[in-house]
Amino acid sequence: MSAVTTDTTSEKIATGKARQARIVGGVLIALALLVLFVLDVGAGQVATFKLSRPRDAIVLGDLVVPGQPFNLVAAALLAFLGVRQFLRGGVRWTSISLGVGLAILVMAFLVWATADKSFSLTGMLQATMVRAVPIALGGLAGVLCERVAVVNIAIEGMLLAGAFTGALIGSLLGGWGGLVAAVLVGGSFGLILAALVVTFRMDQIIAGVVINLFVLGLTSYVSSQVFAEVRSLNNAPVFRAWKIPLLGDIPVIGPMLFNQNLFVYGALILVAVATYYLFHTKGGLRARAVGEHPRAADTLGVDVYWTRYVHVTLGGMVAGFGGAWFTLGSVGRFDENMTGGRGFIGLAAMIFGRWHPVGALSAALIFGFADSLQQKLALLNTPIPSEFLAMAPYIATIIVVAGLIGKARAPAADGKPYVKE
Amino acid sequence: MSDLSSINEQMRSLLARTARGRSEFEDLVVVPVFAVVVALIFGMLVMLATGVDIATIGKSFVALAKGSLGSVNALSETLTAAIPLVLAGLGLGLGFRAGLFNIGAEGQVLLGGTAAVIFGFTFHSLPFAVLMPLSLLAGAIVGGLYAAIAGALKAATGAHEVITTIMLNLISFKLLDYLLRQPYIQKEGRADPISKSVPDAAQLPRLLDWLDPNLRLHAGLFVMLAAVVLVWWILFRSKIGFAFRASGENPHAARYAGMKSGLVIVAAMGTAGALAGLAGASQVLGVLGRASPGFSADIGFDAIAVALLGRSHPLGILFAGILFGGLEAGGRQMQVDAGVSIDLIAIIQALIIVFIAAPLLVRAIFPWGFARKSKGGSEV
Repeated sequence: MSAVTTDTTSEKIATGKARQARIVGGVLIALALLVLFVLDVGAGQVATFKLSRPRDAIVLGDLVVPGQPFNLVAAALLAFLGVRQFLRGGVRWTSISLGVGLAILVMAFLVWATADKSFSLTGMLQATMVRAVPIALGGLAGVLCERVAVVNIAIEGMLLAGAFTGALIGSLLGGWGGLVAAVLVGGSFGLILAALVVTFRMDQIIAGVVINLFVLGLTSYVSSQVFAEVRSLNNAPVFRAWKIPLLGDIPVIGPMLFNQNLFVYGALILVAVATYYLFHTKGGLRARAVGEHPRAADTLGVDVYWTRYVHVTLGGMVAGFGGAWFTLGSVGRFDENMTGGRGFIGLAAMIFGRWHPVGALSAALIFGFADSLQQKLALLNTPIPSEFLAMAPYIATIIVVAGLIGKARAPAADGKPYVKE
Repeated sequence: MSDLSSINEQMRSLLARTARGRSEFEDLVVVPVFAVVVALIFGMLVMLATGVDIATIGKSFVALAKGSLGSVNALSETLTAAIPLVLAGLGLGLGFRAGLFNIGAEGQVLLGGTAAVIFGFTFHSLPFAVLMPLSLLAGAIVGGLYAAIAGALKAATGAHEVITTIMLNLISFKLLDYLLRQPYIQKEGRADPISKSVPDAAQLPRLLDWLDPNLRLHAGLFVMLAAVVLVWWILFRSKIGFAFRASGENPHAARYAGMKSGLVIVAAMGTAGALAGLAGASQVLGVLGRASPGFSADIGFDAIAVALLGRSHPLGILFAGILFGGLEAGGRQMQVDAGVSIDLIAIIQALIIVFIAAPLLVRAIFPWGFARKSKGGSEV
């Protein structure tokens, strides 16, 4: 009996995968047609990509791409990948084809948008990294919380609290003081979330939403009540970029990775540390056990409540650090609701990154790319209305969350309160 | 011997029943009242912390009461503010019952309202009896379809509705910016994004203009009351409502009982979105008269609090919506009279939900006034 059930289940999965493969194939063929007819570059037009800036130590020549041939090849490749999906064995290539296909689409789009103009590739990569920082840190905060089975919708509020504290305390005590305060405030909201969901067993989603509403209300209230009157309280110093000697001079990737401010380096280091901690230390193993099977962890002597408190608070601290980026890392001034949904995008990055710090960072880079792309494209005067370009990161989030959820697996106990017996 | 134990048994069951009655009363009355009072006190502390002096705090609380209940105008403003909150809150509550946490009401309100405006000025030659109801309907349909996107994504791929609805919110803001600049929609001769006005025949008539032309209470009140009854009927008397509640309580059991979970998700999201769209439509057709960026003014987010406070029950949502409408109207008065930012109201609202959603927390803060719970026993 059970054997029969297993058979039908695996059959179901197989047909599901086949269907998915066909859908992806259809999408890829549609993209090929899109490149062929919509992103159609006139004959003889070239797209110029600048690889370095005039004052760089090593100056590379411009990359000049002939538009029409490039996009014809791109369309042909997309069509090939699409048709490949319908043939035998297409199932195995589904995710690779989709990834490669989307990359080709982005390249074709860039060539089309820059036809007869020039575009700084280095500048965009650098902006990508900068814009990925709050998303990556938000995603990392999410990883730390969800690995111990606490769903943290409050990342947005924690980022906002960090941004606000950074501006306020930064104005009073200077950048470092603001940074420390932002981390502490982020951590205290983490502690509040942990108390609400672990001790008081409040619904995790509601607790998160409430923290978001509360932080939004409080920061907006203070900024309209106090900051509007006393401007000197909202004028924090900004951490400038520190160029790492030699490495910062590498063409193209140098400015992206080695000529950035504290927050970029901090995010990269935190991702590395979190990865090592979660997957290579005893503490990380216990944390993951609490997320997968709290009862078993409890039986083996891991204090489930304590573990959750610690990790959610740590997650809040990471989010507070990410929040400080908005003020201390970029403009030095707090505006109402200035995080603008980055915390939620961070949550999506965490899911896309399969609950892994490195995955969350990679996903954040993709969102950062979409974000900086829409900024740069607004300068290129493409026929697409700027509002639609501004939607790109959000649409990307939806596609990612919808398209990859089947493969990603959340920690087994995610979102469930644990009641000790 | 056996007599004694049976009496004991009876006593215990009787006690359990009274204790349970007591705790239901606590849940529905004591906890909400505590929540509101504590949130107001905390609001006072926030004002103190930001350097507002005691006299101004007193003045602002007087203004809060006066602006929400103190006059016919105040009552009219309270109810006017409550109409969209209750409508959107009903949708969200229905979603909660079906186990869906829809954060997208804001976007659904925006797009529903915009659709009602566009429909209104496009068919401006139609008579009132046709145009007004159809404009409302247009808002409901567009709101419903927009929410159904998130429902369909969840049903088809399992994408979490919290993230997709938030993204749909952000997309709707940009979409509205774009739409309001289109020549067909933008008001003639204006450079800023603002829509044409709704013709008179599409507007919800004002109810109290015979008393004073400034009273803004409009016929959306009846739409709201009808929606309360309708949602109650859907949830507790209809088959689809049973399916909503069953999938909310236990999705696996619902699936084994033969309910189509995907269909239930899409239907529940669609209904919720339709109610939010109706909220937007009643706001533009009854109060604003046109669409502009951000005209929803956080109705969709406040409605989350309304639905939670009302325990996802239509009647509860009605009362919660009126309470929040009062806070809104009183908060505006407070801003005018005492110069205290209306953002304070948002803090108070958030705190109210914390206390409502975490009864254990209220019990921890106020150990007195609650029946002592013996461990385990009375829980069942």
